[in-house]
Amino acid sequence: MKTLYGIPVSPNVAIGEALIIDNERFRIPQRFVVHDAVEDELDRLNAALAAVSSEIAGNRDLISDRIGPQYGAIFAAHLQMLSDPQLLDELRGHIINQQYSPEYAVSLTLRRYAKVIQDLGDGYLAERADDLFDLERSLLANLLGRRREELSHLAAPVIVLAHDLTPSETASLSKRFVLGFATEVGGAGGHTAIVAKGLEIPAVVGLGRFLLEVSGGDMLIVDGEQGVVIVRPDEETLVRYREVVARRKDDVRILSTLRDLPAETLDKQTVRIYANIEFPSEVTVCRERGADGVGLYRTEFLYLSSDDEPSEETHYSAYNDVVTAMDGKPVVFRTLDLGADKLGRVPAAAQEEKNPFLGLRSIRLSLRHVTLFRVQLSAILRASSGGNVKVMFPMVTTLDEIRRAKMVLSDAMEDLEEKGIDFDRNIEVGMMVEVPAAVMMLDRFLPEVDFVSIGTNDLVQYALAVDRTNQEVSDLYQETDPAVLRLLKMTIDAAHEHGKMVSLCGQMSGNAHHTALLLGMGLRDFSVPPASILEVKRVLRSVNLSDCESIVARAFEMESAREVDQFLRSETKRLIRDHRKSSPIEKTVGGRG
Amino acid sequence: MKSMSEQSTSKEVVITNPQGLHARPAHAFVTLASQFESQIEVIKSDESVNGKSILSILTLGASQGTKLQIRASGIDAAEAVIALTELVEQGFDEVETEAS
Repeated sequence: MKTLYGIPVSPNVAIGEALIIDNERFRIPQRFVVHDAVEDELDRLNAALAAVSSEIAGNRDLISDRIGPQYGAIFAAHLQMLSDPQLLDELRGHIINQQYSPEYAVSLTLRRYAKVIQDLGDGYLAERADDLFDLERSLLANLLGRRREELSHLAAPVIVLAHDLTPSETASLSKRFVLGFATEVGGAGGHTAIVAKGLEIPAVVGLGRFLLEVSGGDMLIVDGEQGVVIVRPDEETLVRYREVVARRKDDVRILSTLRDLPAETLDKQTVRIYANIEFPSEVTVCRERGADGVGLYRTEFLYLSSDDEPSEETHYSAYNDVVTAMDGKPVVFRTLDLGADKLGRVPAAAQEEKNPFLGLRSIRLSLRHVTLFRVQLSAILRASSGGNVKVMFPMVTTLDEIRRAKMVLSDAMEDLEEKGIDFDRNIEVGMMVEVPAAVMMLDRFLPEVDFVSIGTNDLVQYALAVDRTNQEVSDLYQETDPAVLRLLKMTIDAAHEHGKMVSLCGQMSGNAHHTALLLGMGLRDFSVPPASILEVKRVLRSVNLSDCESIVARAFEMESAREVDQFLRSETKRLIRDHRKSSPIEKTVGGRG
Repeated sequence: MKSMSEQSTSKEVVITNPQGLHARPAHAFVTLASQFESQIEVIKSDESVNGKSILSILTLGASQGTKLQIRASGIDAAEAVIALTELVEQGFDEVETEAS
């Protein structure tokens, strides 16, 4: 038995057999390619070389910045190896003349060089052979990356282990066969974590190197609540965890009794709880949990799950499914919120972005490619004829951006009008508040929009200057940092002053420990992962607004996220306990206010 | 080497830096060599490799004290040999206290 500790990202426990999506020892699928495919295979090789080069260039810059250019130089050597004219000649020769697959050519050639260097008998130089094995691995990872077919061809339930999963890989995980997953890298706010939460698959990320300690088929426990992965658990542990799983099921049953009860505080303040979703299929869960609507529909998956630009029809059909299924309840569509780096095919920045989070992404990317932007907006508009649709622009930083985005929306409307296609002319337009600049200027933004939604995931990272996927600093990423709380309060107050609806759709709202605090700050519209709807409802049904307001007053006196967290946790526990004591059966509660 | 008749020149150098022609010096060498039009060869006893290929240079396993011949053929052969010789003789500009 071996216990590994990582970052918990989505609750629940999974028990099952391990499937390792192996980055280390690739199976080379085929040695030869057919004659007609040679051109394509050369393209594939070139693409892999380019991708690995840009990866290495990134590492070089990072290391140079961090510990000095002399350390970055080693990456410069690796980079040079990848453009080595002799190597390229040999690789291409193998593919063209011997019709070897790029995978086989890469492996064969690099290993041959590595062998020669290893055999030199020079200890220091022999280590360079490891560099070549590294390059081989990176190239193979890239060449085979798109072919990690195990994931889409699962036939039995497993726990997926990988160094990393791309967002699209995570998105393609089937809930039926993937009991849980665990990765070596990744952080709490990363895309993989968000998707895992959305799909309600227990997951732990950021475990560090561990794949070598597990074999495929090993029995495994993934505890997404504690961030623990147990490899080959002993009988006692297994029994204990099976009990946890059973208890969880009970909890779910108890929570589900809350489904049809109103979302209101003890003193009868009504609150709306919407769901954040990523896939049309999640609508089912939204309805099962009694969501008041979809507060955030992330539209990225269509872009990520296909190599081609999704057509208006593809967008429309997915959007329409969601709108129809929500049956008149509001659905807020957030337009594309991706970085150029994630969208390889869009003619992106002329140069590689050193800092994609501060780069060409989200609304910036959309405004740069207005034609593509209009395709998405048209699809959203078309879907608006079938229900209650709102559109929301992400990462708005300047007034000019929101005005330009609205202009593109008007253009799309005119187009549809000319074509005689039906849509909601009074569609509500909103913006995400996730850049501190937008908070500071909110009084100017508010007249431009019908509503705002606070995206805490990005707001936290921009306000605290921390990359949430960087394990070195991810502990600084704290939603309850006093600075963040002030930004939230400013946003909510400003929206109320202007009589505009304000919701909070970041991960923060899904954490039931934050519910009382957010209520106390004046938030009445929560948008949370479907899995958290009932949990949040339970807390808000156990509190009075006056309790919440005094929680806010206390929290605002504190100086650190840790202090705030500790306080919120104990207060939430206390409130729920007190509430339970006074009314042991939830169903009879509600009349106290 | 068919272009040798154009202009070909060579010079013998000795590797002086303690760790030999490992990745970083090889990188410096290839970077410089690639700036010249001429074909560049690096010869160790009877083994001759492409001076613009870092992998080939690493396979020479040139440790401290190894004698190498640098040969260039092409329009800028003379400049190439002078520049590359200088680089090797200066120990590839390697900083002695690199762990700082």
